[in-house]
Parts: sequence; C-alpha cells; structure tokens
Amino acid sequence: VELLLAVEQGAVHANEVVTTSTGVIGLAWLIPVVPLLGFLVVLATTRTLRERTAFIAIGASAIALLLSVLVTVQVVGSPATYVRPMPTWLDVGGFTVTFDLFIDQLTAVMLLVVTGVGFLVHVYSIGYMHGDPRYGRFFAYLNLFLASMLILVLGANLLTLFLGWELVGLSSYLLIGFWFEKAEYASAAKKAFITNRVGDVSFMIAMFLAFATFGTLDFLDLIENAPALASGTAFVLVLLLLGGAAAKSAQIPLYVWLPDAMAGPTPVSALIHAATMVTAGVYLTVRMSPILVQSLDAMVIIAWIGALTAILAALIAVRQDDVKKILAYSTVSQLGYMFIGVGVGAFREGIFHLVTHAFFKGLLFLAAGSVMHAMANRTDLWGMGGLRKVMPITFWTSVAGWLAISGVFPFAGFFSKDQILTEAYNHGFLAIWIVGLLGAVITAFYMSRWFFLIFLGERRFGDEIHPHESPASMTVPLIVLGVLSLTGGLLNPVHSGPLFNFLAPVVGPIEELAFEPAGALPEFALIGIAALAGLLGILLAYLAYVRRDVSQGRMVEPIRGPFAELAERKFFVDELYETVFTRAGGRFAEALVWFDTRVIDGAVNGAGALSMGVGRVGRRVQTGLVRGYVAGLVVGALVLVGVLLVQVR
Amino acid sequence: VAIGYYFVLSGLIFCIGLTGVLLRRNAIVLFMCIELMLNSVNLTLAAAARMWAGPDGHVFVFFVIVVAAAEVVIGLALIVNLFFRRGTVDVDVPQLLRY
Repeated sequence: VELLLAVEQGAVHANEVVTTSTGVIGLAWLIPVVPLLGFLVVLATTRTLRERTAFIAIGASAIALLLSVLVTVQVVGSPATYVRPMPTWLDVGGFTVTFDLFIDQLTAVMLLVVTGVGFLVHVYSIGYMHGDPRYGRFFAYLNLFLASMLILVLGANLLTLFLGWELVGLSSYLLIGFWFEKAEYASAAKKAFITNRVGDVSFMIAMFLAFATFGTLDFLDLIENAPALASGTAFVLVLLLLGGAAAKSAQIPLYVWLPDAMAGPTPVSALIHAATMVTAGVYLTVRMSPILVQSLDAMVIIAWIGALTAILAALIAVRQDDVKKILAYSTVSQLGYMFIGVGVGAFREGIFHLVTHAFFKGLLFLAAGSVMHAMANRTDLWGMGGLRKVMPITFWTSVAGWLAISGVFPFAGFFSKDQILTEAYNHGFLAIWIVGLLGAVITAFYMSRWFFLIFLGERRFGDEIHPHESPASMTVPLIVLGVLSLTGGLLNPVHSGPLFNFLAPVVGPIEELAFEPAGALPEFALIGIAALAGLLGILLAYLAYVRRDVSQGRMVEPIRGPFAELAERKFFVDELYETVFTRAGGRFAEALVWFDTRVIDGAVNGAGALSMGVGRVGRRVQTGLVRGYVAGLVVGALVLVGVLLVQVR
Repeated sequence: VAIGYYFVLSGLIFCIGLTGVLLRRNAIVLFMCIELMLNSVNLTLAAAARMWAGPDGHVFVFFVIVVAAAEVVIGLALIVNLFFRRGTVDVDVPQLLRY
C-alpha cells in the first residue's frame, strides 16, 4: 500500500514525456533561429537600410514572441515535457549530443519572459538609440542575444545549454562594450567576460562530473537518475553548478562584473543585466533541482550565498549616486533573493520572483533610460529632482516599479518576495528569513531614495538642460511593463496559485526533505511582517530625503558615518580582488615568465651550447694527418685486444 | 717445423708493416707496408688452417687476396691522382680534411 501511495505521489509530479516533430512544438526550433537570421540580415543591411533596419530586428523578436506564446498555450493546454528531435551536434564514441529542444512548463515561463521583455526592449531602443552611429549594429546584437538566450532556455542537455550560456556571454560582452571608444567601457566588457569565464570553468567541470556519473548530459536522463545519486557526488556537483550560476547571476563572490556592466546602453542593462541573462543561473539551478534536492548541505550553501549577496548588494546600493548603478546593485540583491528561494527549496517561488523581477526591474531600467534621455545622459541622482511634472508617463510607471520592488501590496514584487521569505521561514531557515527581511527594508529604502531624488523635490540642475517626456516608442514599453508590475502578482497571488501549480511537475521533490517550520508564526503574520518591512523602508527614506528637502532647501546626503562611507566604496571588494587576484596573478605570471626565459630557454640554449663546446674540443681530433688516424686505429686495436685478453683470462 | 714459428714470423712481419705505416711518409712505401701487414695475416690464417686441417683458413686467405687486389687498384689510383695534383706522394701534405 505504501508503495502504491508513493507511486501515486510520484505521478502527481512527473510530467509525461512527449516526443513530437509536429504541431506548434515542431515549429519551436524557429524561436531561436528567427532572431539568429535577424542578426545576420540586420548586420548585412545596416549600411543600406540605415535606421530602418531596426524593424527587421523587431520583426524577428516579434515572431519569436508569437511562437513562444503559441508554445506556452500548447504547454498550458496539455501539460507535458515535450522533446522536439533536432539534428545531432556531436556523436563521439558513445557520447551523443543533439540540438533537441526541451519544452516543459519552466521552459514556457522562461520563453515568455525572454521574448516578452526582449520585444519591449527592441521597441524601446528605436527611440533610445536614435541617432547612434552604430544603430544597426545595436539591433543586430540584440537579436544575437535573444537567439543565444533562447538556445540556453530550449536546449535539452547541459551542453546545448552551455552553448547558449557562452553565446549570451558573448552578446553581453559586445553590448557592454558597445561604446568601446571609452577605454573604461571596453574594460568593463572585459571584466564581465573574464569574471564569467571563472564560472564557466566551474560549469564545465560540473558537466564532466555529470557525464562521468550519469554517462549522459540529457536533462531527461539526469532528472530520472538523480535520486540514485550518491550524496557526496551530489554535493560536489551542485556546488560546481552553483559556481557557474554565481558568475552568470552575479552572486558572491563573482558579482563584481554586473555593476560595471552598466557601461552598456540602458536597454541592454534592462534586457540582459536585469531581466533575462542574469537569471540564467536561477534557471539552471531550478532546472537541476532534482539533483539539488539530493544534497541539502549544498542547498543551504546556495541559500546563504543568496542571503549574503542580497544584503551586501542592498547596503552598497544605499550609497550609490548613479541612477543605473543603484539599479545594478539592486539587481544583484534581487538575484540573491532568487537564490535564497532556490536554496531553501522554494524553487517555484524563485522562478516567480524571476518573472516579477523581469517586469519591475526591466521597467525601472527603462525608466532610468528615459530619465537619462531627458537629462542629456546625466546619471547623477543629485543633479536631478522634480521630474514628476515634466515626465508624467515615466513618473507614473516608475511609481509602479518602485512600489513593486519595495514589496508594497498589491504590486508584483510583494507577492514573489513575500513567498520566498515565507518559504524560508516554513522550511526552518530562521536566520535567512531575518536577513531577507532586513534586506527587504534596505531595498525599499534605497529604491525610495532613487525614486524621491529623481522625481520629487525641487529641480537641482541648471537651465542648460531641458527635460522632456520620451517618445512613444519608449513610453509604450514603459506602460506595458508598468501594468505588468502592478498585476504580475496575479500569476500566483496565494501560496499555491496558478504559477505554482503550473510549475509543480518540473521542480525537484522538496517534500522529501521534510523541512520543519522555524517557528509557530502563521502565514498571515509572515505576510504582514514582510509588508511592514517594505513600508518601513519607504518611510525611512521619506524622512531622510523628502522631509529634509523641504526644511533645508539644499540637498545633501543626510546619512553619513564610517559605515556609509564603507558602503559608498563598495566595501572595497574590487580593491580586494585587485590585490588578491589581479596583482597576485600578475606576480605569478611574472614568475612564469622568469621560469620560461631562464629555465626553459636556458635548457634549450644550454643544449645548443653544450654541443657547440663538445664540437669545439672534439674537432681537434680531425688533424688531417693520415698517419695520426692510423696511430689511433692501432691504439684502439690494442685496447680491444687487451680487453679480450683480460676477459679470456 | 712447429706451428708456433709461423705465428712468430707473421707477428714479426705484421709489426714491421705497422711500424712502416706509422713512421714513413711516402705513400708508396706506406702502401707496401699495408700489403706486408695483410700478407702476415694471410700467413697466420694458412698456418692455422693447416693446424686444424680444415678449409676455413684457406677460404679467408682467398678473400683477403681478392680484397687486397681491389684495394691496390683504388689505392694506386689515389696515389697517382695525388701526385698529379700536388706533385708529391708525401701523405702529410694533403691536409684539407681537418678542423
């Protein structure tokens, strides 16, 4: 009876696997291929079509969006894990990797987020990038990114995922360094790329280990065989995957590239460095959640990395003055919440937060871009203020984004963040719950500071700047994302809402881990506490930045002190890495250069010198005197005879 | 005659030849000394063949005679050429193949 029960419970979770090449699923391969073609066509036509080439790129992203919607309708209509067979990529001695597509509920959610936000950012870029000398190239890169991200999401095995993983890294590099004339921007691109390589190494070793353990990299086989995994192997495997995910999703200790990535154009920051690419790590961990649940220790590590990242990045964000830098640290912090979700076993809540975060952070970045557009590309918070009246649409949509990230009811962020924290509490992670709440207060505080200093108060800039509302191509995406930030919570308004049930078959069996709640607080109390945390942050920011503005007339940063100073300098993490890795690495390289020039070259040159020396001495034998040679012959013969005689005796 | 005497005699002839090769500079003389050494060996071989009453030694002697004949042809050709080019048969004069 127990066995039957177990089988029944398993049936609730397991998806039926459907292999098909027909219908909507059969067309799914077009989702990444169309933007890829768009990339090539736009590159080819950017000189002849000039700015009109953008519409090709937008068309490609629209087709990808449309197909993604159709695929999602299919998955919602008849839930299953669809596998679309595609040509083989590699077939080497029993190791076969295909380009098969893997489409389940998680893929569908990711497809919608990527193509949805991707399409909006394409549209927004018409206005934002207008007049840029490399306008066409920008859209080509956006298409390339979209194709790469879709390969990442659709791949049916770790290697195809890794292919997309590297391609998004490339697109990210190209777009961060889009204005490469500035050496600073070019080096920011390099920093992002190199930091990600560190994670890639970890990811690759994870793949080697997975292959050594399972003999395959296909998701279906990995998920099926995960329960048989030895706990030690699972621990190492999950940590290696975490290493990859931490680089891509900007977690401690590899988050340092993301704030610098703000060198890229703002639409890029919204699409790649807020809504989609940086969530790839979360996607990877949730996709691998059946393996994650095999090692609770590794999950606890993930949760703590998320928690520490969330609080550290939030603290740094409090003292940044650049409109985009604040959002960048905020993204790092929010990604931390997603990792908390993954770590405490709240996989679906993590994905929910990924979705709502894509809405409100994409929105906030686009709003920041709109503000910069209006302010002649100024980014200093203290040189703004009072933009509420001149930019009404940007203002009202920002309100939605600000309240959503601060976790104010009924905006989207309230539901997703609260559900992660509730799960942390219910699964017994009391310390992480407290850290998360603290982070929520700080999040609300710094986002309110951002919002107040830009839109409220008096204008703090000269008459040479004439702020104006942005064109419709920019405001329409803002409005769409604003509405989504307001209503996104409806996806999963209660703890087992529609999204939660939809994703149930694809996540690892967390109930097997038998978590105990950290205390006796009922759910409504937890929700209330989370809601109060957000409101408290907003209130504190109001007292610090709005009330004082009125009373003092002149704006200065009211929060001072050594700790604030430390946050402003980003806790010297960059300097630490500079010393520990860059300089030490430089020294190590110098030592290697010394070894190469002295020891290796020395050995090679020494061998040459040795034969030269031997030759210089040895050639003396060649006297050219025949009788001398004869004498040598005789001596040699005598020696031989002598040896023979001795031996005979 | 005891066999030992043959060996002693051939040893003596060999040493005479060797001494000539080492000490003399005239190529013709050198050449004759080499012949002396070869034939001393032939004597030894023939004597030994007689001692063991087998054909092996004789076969060796024939080989040596054939090879010596070939060697004489090449050697004399070299000496004649040397004389035409340098006007001398002194073996210490041609020293091109040296360091």
